[in-house]
Amino acid sequence: MDPHPPLARAGRALRVGIGGPVGSGKTALVAALCRAFADELRLGVVTNDIYTTEDADFLRRAGVLDPARIRAVETGCCPHTAIRDDIGANLDAVDELAEAVGPLDLVLVESGGDNLTATFSRGLVDRQIFVVDVAGGDKVPRKGGPGVTAADLLVINKTDLAPMVGADLAVMDRDARARRGDLPTLFLSIVGDPTATSVADWIRHELAHHAAAHPLTVPVGPA
Amino acid sequence: MRALARLVARADGRGGTALVELHGETPLLLRQTPTDGGVATVHLVGGAAGPLAGDDLRLEIEVGPGAAVRVHSVAASIALPGRAGAVSRMAVRAVVHADATLHWLPEQLVAAAGCAHLAESRIELAAGASLLWRDELICGRYGEAPGGAVVHTQVDYAGRPLLRQSLAVGPHAPGWAGPAVLGGAPATGSLLVVDPSQAAEPPMADGSVARLPLAGGPATLWTATAPDAHTLRAHLSV
Amino acid sequence: MATPSLLLLLADGRFPAGAHAHSGGLEAAVAAGRVTDLTSLEAFLAGRLATAGLVGAAFAAAAHRVAMPETVGSAHPARSARPSDAPVGSPARSGALARLDAELDARTAAPALRAVSRRQGRALLRAGRSIWSDAPFADLPATPGGAHQPLVLGLLCAAAGLSRVETATIAAYGTLTGAASAGVRLLGLDPYQVQALLVGLADACDGTAADAARAADDPPERLPAAAAPLADIHAEIHATWEVRLFAS
Ligand SMILES: Nc1nc2c(ncn2[C@@H]2O[C@H](COP(=O)(O)OP(=O)(O)OP(=O)(O)O)[C@@H](O)[C@H]2O)c(=O)[nH]1
Ligand SMILES: [Mg+2]
Repeated sequence: MDPHPPLARAGRALRVGIGGPVGSGKTALVAALCRAFADELRLGVVTNDIYTTEDADFLRRAGVLDPARIRAVETGCCPHTAIRDDIGANLDAVDELAEAVGPLDLVLVESGGDNLTATFSRGLVDRQIFVVDVAGGDKVPRKGGPGVTAADLLVINKTDLAPMVGADLAVMDRDARARRGDLPTLFLSIVGDPTATSVADWIRHELAHHAAAHPLTVPVGPA
Repeated sequence: MRALARLVARADGRGGTALVELHGETPLLLRQTPTDGGVATVHLVGGAAGPLAGDDLRLEIEVGPGAAVRVHSVAASIALPGRAGAVSRMAVRAVVHADATLHWLPEQLVAAAGCAHLAESRIELAAGASLLWRDELICGRYGEAPGGAVVHTQVDYAGRPLLRQSLAVGPHAPGWAGPAVLGGAPATGSLLVVDPSQAAEPPMADGSVARLPLAGGPATLWTATAPDAHTLRAHLSV
Repeated sequence: MATPSLLLLLADGRFPAGAHAHSGGLEAAVAAGRVTDLTSLEAFLAGRLATAGLVGAAFAAAAHRVAMPETVGSAHPARSARPSDAPVGSPARSGALARLDAELDARTAAPALRAVSRRQGRALLRAGRSIWSDAPFADLPATPGGAHQPLVLGLLCAAAGLSRVETATIAAYGTLTGAASAGVRLLGLDPYQVQALLVGLADACDGTAADAARAADDPPERLPAAAAPLADIHAEIHATWEVRLFAS
C-alpha cells in the first residue's frame, strides 16, 4: 500500500515553476514546501543553476527531501533559456524523477536566479510562482516585468527584513495589485514561517484544480 | 620497398609459447629474443632509417589460444619523404585468440619533415584476450615541423567495435597543433589496456594525460600529449 | 519542398535541443590557458571541425543514409533521396543504427564525451518526436542514456526531407557555432570578430560536410575516426569541476 495516497489523482504531476531574482529565497521556499508536503504529497524537485548544482546540493544537505527526489539541470550561462526557450533538459529531469522514484503529485522546478524578465515556458510548468524580496527595495513590484505581472502567484519574501531596509509593504501591495490585476500576491517570511503556509495552501488549491482538469484516465479496453 | 612479415604463436602446452612462424623481409625483420616467463619476445629490427615514402610494409601477427607474445622494436622508426607524391605505409594486422596475450610496445614513430606516412593497425581480440598496445608519435625531428602522418588504430573485442581512432598531424590536418587536438605538444600517444580479468578503473585526467574506460569491452585507453618522447613514455607505461 | 528553410531551422542554435548549455570543450580549453584570444579560438575551431566535426557529420550522414538511401554523387541529392524501403521497426534498420551507435562509442574514448553525446541525443530526440511524430525514431537503439546525437540528427534531417549533404552540414556547422558562441561568453571576445572567424571557416565546414557525406557510403568500421587527444583530456577534467558555466 502506498503510505501517501496522492492528493492529486491526476494523470501526471502538477509542475510548478519557482522563479525570481538572485537570492530572493527560491531555494528557501522550495525547502519550506518540502517540509509542508512531506507527509502529504509525492514530491520531486528540479533545480536550475547557473554554475553547477549548488541549489540541489543545498536541498540534499538540508535533509528536507530524499536526495533521489532532487535533480539538477546545468544551464550553461543562460538560466532563462533552460526554463523558457529550450526546455528539454528540464523535461528530461522531470522524466528521470518519475523513472527513479515512481509517480509524483507535485514537481517544483526552481529556476536559476535571473532577472525580472525570466519566466517559465507553459511547455514546462503548469503554474509559476515569482519570488521577489523586500531587501531589493519596495520599488520591485512597480518596476514590473513579465515575472511580476504575469506569474500565477507573486511572493514577496523576507518581510521580516522590511523595517531594516525601509521597505513599505503597503506600497508594494498597492503596486503589485496595479501590475497584476486579479492575480494573487502573498507576503512571506520564511524565517518566521518555515513551512510557507500561505504558499502551500495556494498550491493545494491549484492541485485540486489540476486534478479536476486532468482526471485519472481509466484504461479503456479495445472497442 | 615492399615487405611482408609474419609472426604466429601457439601455446606450447607446457605453460610457454612457441613461435611456429617468424619471418620477415628487409626492412621489416623479426628477431626472437630470450623468452621472459613464458612470454615469447620478439624485436622488430628495422633496416636503415625509414620507412621512406613509397614503402609498403605489412606485419601479420596471430597469437593462438593461451599463448603470450611481446613485441618491441630496437629503435624509433622515422618516416621520411621519398618519391614525390608517394606515401609510406606500415600496416599491422593482429589476431589474438581467447586467453592469449599480445603486448605491442614498439619505439616511437617520428614523422620527419616532408613525410607522408600512414600507420594502420587492425586488431581483432577474441573474448577473453588481453592486449597492451602502445602508439607513440613524435611530430618532427628536433625543432622541425612534421610532414603528414596518420596513425589509425582499429580494435574489435569479441566481434564488437572497441576502439577506432585516427590521429592526423601535418600540413593536411587542419588545427592538429592547436588547442583542440595537441595544443602545441610535439609528442602524443596512447596505450590501450585490454584485461578481461580486471574491472576498468574510473576515468581520470590531469593537464595532459587521461585514463579512459572504453564502452565496448574490458578496456582502458590512456591518452597523452607531452613536450618530449621521454615524458610521453612516462605517461604511457604500465 | 521547403528544404532551405528547414535546413536553416535545424541548423539554428535556437532550435531547442539543448545546445546552449554546451561549449564543445571550449570552457576546459580556456581554463587550461590554451584558448585565450581570437587566434587560439580559430585554431581550436579548425581542429574541432576536422576531428569531432568530421566524425559527427559522418555519423549523422550515415544515420540519414539508413533512413533514406541515396547516392551522394547525383546532381540533386535532395530530390533523388527516397525513404528507406525497410519498414519502421525493421530489424535491418534498427540493426544498422545499433551498429552505428557502437561504432561511435568506439570513436569516443572519453566517457564524459559519450555521456554528453547521448544527453544531446536525448534532447534532440525530444524535440524531434514532438515535431515529426511519424519519423522512425523507434528504430534508434535503446542504449542506456539514449542514442548518440548524430544518429538522432540523421533521422531528424531525413524526416525533414533534407539531403545527406545538408544533414552533414548541419552537424559540422553545429560543432563550430556552439564553441564559437561559448567563446564570446567565456572570453568576452568581440562578437563581430568571432562571426568573421566563422565566415573564414565556412569553406572548411562545407568541405568537411562533403567529405562526411561521401564517407557515409563506406561500411561502418571505415567511417572517419579522427581523434583529438586534448578533447578527451579536457572533457574528463571538465567533468570533475564543481563550478562550471557549461555542461560540457
Ligand atoms: N531574513 C530572511 N532571509 C531569508 C528569507 N528567505 C530566504 N532567506 C535567506 O536569503 C538567502 C538567499 O536565499 P535562497 O533561498 O538561497 O535564494 P534563491 O532565490 O534560491 O537564490 P539563487 O538560487 O542564488 O538565486 C539565504 O541566506 C536565505 O537563508 C526570509 O524570509 N527572511
Ligand atoms: Mg536557489
